[in-house]
Amino acid sequence: MSEAPAVPQAASADGIGLLLQAPRPRAGWRLLPARVGAMCAVELQKLRHDRTELYTRAVQPALWLLIFGQTFTRIKAIPTDGIPYIDYLAPGIIAQSAMFIAIFYGIQIIWERDAGILNKLLVTPTPRSALITGKAFAAGVKSLVQAVVVVLIAAVLGVALTWNPLKLLGVAAVVVLGSVFFSCLSMTIAGIVLSRDRLMGFGQAITMPLFFGSNALYPLSVMPGWLQAVSKGNPLSYQVDALRGLLLGTPAHLALDFAVLLVAAALGIAAASSLLGRLAR
Amino acid sequence: MTQDAVACTGLAYAFGGTRAVDGLDLTVAEGEVFGLLGPNGAGKTTAIRCITTLLPVPAGMVRVFGHDTAEDRMAVRRLLGYVPQQLSADQSLTGRENVALFARVFDVPRRERAARVGQALAAVDLTDAADRLAKTYSGGMVRRLELAQALVSAPRLLILDEPTIGLDPIARTGVWEHINAVRAATGMTVLVTTHYMDEADQYCDRVGLMHHGRVRALGTPAELRQGLAARRGTTTLPTLEDVFREVAGSGLDDESGDFRDVRSTRRTAGRVG
Repeated sequence: MSEAPAVPQAASADGIGLLLQAPRPRAGWRLLPARVGAMCAVELQKLRHDRTELYTRAVQPALWLLIFGQTFTRIKAIPTDGIPYIDYLAPGIIAQSAMFIAIFYGIQIIWERDAGILNKLLVTPTPRSALITGKAFAAGVKSLVQAVVVVLIAAVLGVALTWNPLKLLGVAAVVVLGSVFFSCLSMTIAGIVLSRDRLMGFGQAITMPLFFGSNALYPLSVMPGWLQAVSKGNPLSYQVDALRGLLLGTPAHLALDFAVLLVAAALGIAAASSLLGRLAR
Repeated sequence: MTQDAVACTGLAYAFGGTRAVDGLDLTVAEGEVFGLLGPNGAGKTTAIRCITTLLPVPAGMVRVFGHDTAEDRMAVRRLLGYVPQQLSADQSLTGRENVALFARVFDVPRRERAARVGQALAAVDLTDAADRLAKTYSGGMVRRLELAQALVSAPRLLILDEPTIGLDPIARTGVWEHINAVRAATGMTVLVTTHYMDEADQYCDRVGLMHHGRVRALGTPAELRQGLAARRGTTTLPTLEDVFREVAGSGLDDESGDFRDVRSTRRTAGRVG
């Protein structure tokens, strides 16, 4: 064996005492929240360093509320059970802006694959399901920050939203759960198509059908039968229903909405985790 | 009795009809710096991916400090520090945040996280640049940052896939000096792939020359060079590249890597700048 090389000052044993002992593994149920926390912290750090995306993504929901919302409020073309259309629309736009962030999260996974970041994370003691759950909740945190911006825009435009802290906590949970599902859908597609260009195409192909095939813009009752069936199978509809109930106090099926979102999120995590290995190859 | 850090027996891996690794037998002793050499497409990165648990082991067996990579993945991963070929630090985070992420996913307790991250950054001389975004780092600094990310969990086996690709000679020397300094201070085993024969000659205790998915020659750089000199009956000591040309035969230029390999190498070199 060769002689040990001269040790630079920075790496002398005195200065790296902690690096000589491996940390004790976190076991059992505590592993998942730890990984989720780590991924969410990274997302918040990135947002702190560069808020450009936050501002540019606020433009589209603002336009929906400002132009579409105010115009349809005036023409009263959509039945909304007596509430102004812009109020009816606001929860749908919050869900839409959160979904748009989450649905393209798979592109970030592919970028991380290309940059070697994903491989490095896959070599850490992190089960794939925990890594996907962490990434999905990180997308949820990103969507939540965006949702706060849209709520503030809606408030400025005069939408009569609740400020009850418990209900706002419920809103946060709904936004995060919806984003967990849609980001997992995106990561699942990423695991199938394996390239950014293809995923971009898929993302664009499914976002508008998901949005228009939900109750975000109009109630279920005005939809044709086939679209009602689509809407009932669309998790976005349950997200919007819960947001309307919590933010506006309209009649909602909160237990069903949360149950559907939880099941969808769990299925999404399972599907995306099973395909993550394809990205590592 | 010391345990082998890595033991591969009959390792094989194919991408479709292409055998990337074809019956690899290899042992890396604890505490040594082992260089896996070969041109693009020789199977080095695929072998590394099997050792790191990134790829399954469809044929043969891989053990890391006695743990079977097919059956005991989490235990293997806890022993590894891995620096992939690409520049894998997250450019939109600071150096400190990049290292802290790996401290968190390796379960470093909160009370010692900041100190441990600080020590990892200091070990690679990045303390002053720790709070700058990684996108402002030079190529050599990014490689050192990746080294800090790998070191923060105190790995017993550090695996580096082409760690100096695309770097200028001064930055290459800098990266190697830090690898050797940390190895000397911690006693960890280092498994490195490279196609720079001069680096392997200078910094590796033993090397394996890989071609077409198999190790074609194994030994210390001096042993391999002296062996070739003896076979040639000359007193002039050949270079490690001469040894490699002899074991690989002709046609190296035509076979060294496919389009994807070359694109990946150039992309990394381009990002290093």
